[in-house]
Amino acid sequence: MGEFILKARDLNKSYTQRSGRFGFGTTKVKALDNVSLDLKHGSTLAVVGESGSGKSTLARCLLQLQPLDSGSVLFQGRDLSELPAHELREQRRHLQMIFQDPFASLNPRMRVGEIVGEGLLIHRLGTQEEQRERVVQMLKRVGLSEADMLKYPHEFSGGQRQRIGIARALVLNPKVVVCDEPVSALDVSIQAQILLLLKELQQEMALSYIFISHDLRVVRHVADEIAVMYQGKIVERGVIDDIYRSPTQEYTQNLLKSIPGQRALALSN
Amino acid sequence: MAHLLNIENLTITPVNAPNRKLVNQVSFSIEPGKTTCVVGESGSGKSLTALSVMGLLSDQLNRASGRVEFQGRDLAKLSADEMRQIRGRQIGMIFQEPMTSLNPVLTIGYQIGEPLTVHLGLKGDALKAKVANLLEQVGIPPHRANSYPDELSGGQRQRVMIAMSIACQPAMLIADEPTTALDVTVQAQILSLLNNLKQTMNMGMLLITHDFGVVADVADHVVVMFRGDIVESGSVADVLGKPKHPYTKALLDCVPDAEGKKPLKPIDYAWLNDGKVA
Repeated sequence: MGEFILKARDLNKSYTQRSGRFGFGTTKVKALDNVSLDLKHGSTLAVVGESGSGKSTLARCLLQLQPLDSGSVLFQGRDLSELPAHELREQRRHLQMIFQDPFASLNPRMRVGEIVGEGLLIHRLGTQEEQRERVVQMLKRVGLSEADMLKYPHEFSGGQRQRIGIARALVLNPKVVVCDEPVSALDVSIQAQILLLLKELQQEMALSYIFISHDLRVVRHVADEIAVMYQGKIVERGVIDDIYRSPTQEYTQNLLKSIPGQRALALSN
Repeated sequence: MAHLLNIENLTITPVNAPNRKLVNQVSFSIEPGKTTCVVGESGSGKSLTALSVMGLLSDQLNRASGRVEFQGRDLAKLSADEMRQIRGRQIGMIFQEPMTSLNPVLTIGYQIGEPLTVHLGLKGDALKAKVANLLEQVGIPPHRANSYPDELSGGQRQRVMIAMSIACQPAMLIADEPTTALDVTVQAQILSLLNNLKQTMNMGMLLITHDFGVVADVADHVVVMFRGDIVESGSVADVLGKPKHPYTKALLDCVPDAEGKKPLKPIDYAWLNDGKVA
């Protein structure tokens, strides 16, 4: 096994959009334009960009939740798009996702215990007893309690719901977790809690993260490497310190300049 | 100099639970040409404070005590008609979600023109010219006046909201998390736009946010709220540079910095509860 757990090569994906008068015409929008990236074992790769830059499409395509037009995603050296359906399903337990909106990503009619345990059920991991045990353990690890298993998502705050989403993703002991703007819907104080939790879990469970975000302050704290996306292309990538210190692309420089709080830095220095 | 807006001992409670103080004895003031930022987490009462200035509190909530004075007039004593004269004319307001606060079936030109017709009686070509001028001021090409909100991006919609709120050249602008839903680059543009407008029109601004980065960039004066109380207020240099209250310090500690030097520290609520904070 190489240094990289996940490699993406020349990913292309375009959407067709209705356009023109009454929508009779169509235009192609390139959401991914020859995107390649490599994720190192146990590290965090941040993907940043504005809305519409293609970062969420990238997330879904990496996990094969959306078909690619062309390109390949190699997980532990195997091309996911060439795997037969049942093998892909097996691999999916190693590839999990944490979603942006903690209010929309949990089924309101399922109890928390069912939501978190569903993956174990689908992948038939362990006996019923063991599954329950694992769910309780995972809930406790993310800061919830055994009693919460019987509750419904609406009984929780935004931060707690994001914890449930994290438990659901990690209960299967995945290897790669794609976090799609996991903290952008949360207050700063809650944001700090969740970021620290994600960091701790990464070390305990040897996780590799793809961290999608538009907040460059958050990215600075969690990522080892960074890829900057603009209009479907990766315009710049590299080790986080280098990019923040000396961005070579104009777009990256603009992004860094737009971080609010520049005046605060001037005040404190 | 007289204050533009003066809030004194404002307390807001739910009608059916008069002892639960959602906003507790809040006092601060706003000067012309200056920006006051109210900072706090969700549930701290910052939006309620703003809504009560505009007289837009829900029926379920009651302003238990306090005075809100605008240009020397007590807003609580005004009739509904007089309040309508002030709202949109003297005080403009920008809401948090540009996606939901515009009417989807009316063009943006119509929506920007509405306050001008209602308050200033502008019609026809004069109205068109003024709308075009406002769109230009916020950086949208004037021919987009005939567009519907769904044809615009999030940043453009927020600009439309700003154009609407400044249409009648209000003396004061209330902005409730105006950039929370936007990308950083767009956020930077909107903030500098607001800053320019504030200076050219000598507007007083009340900006509600939970982002200390935004506060640092635009505020003159900062008010920190926690569970309905003001825990600290002062000039931006004082509050951000040398915070006195433990909650302000804790809140600042959980903001990630762009340099990545400072470790993140979540707020320890148990400790705050044991301490001096009620």
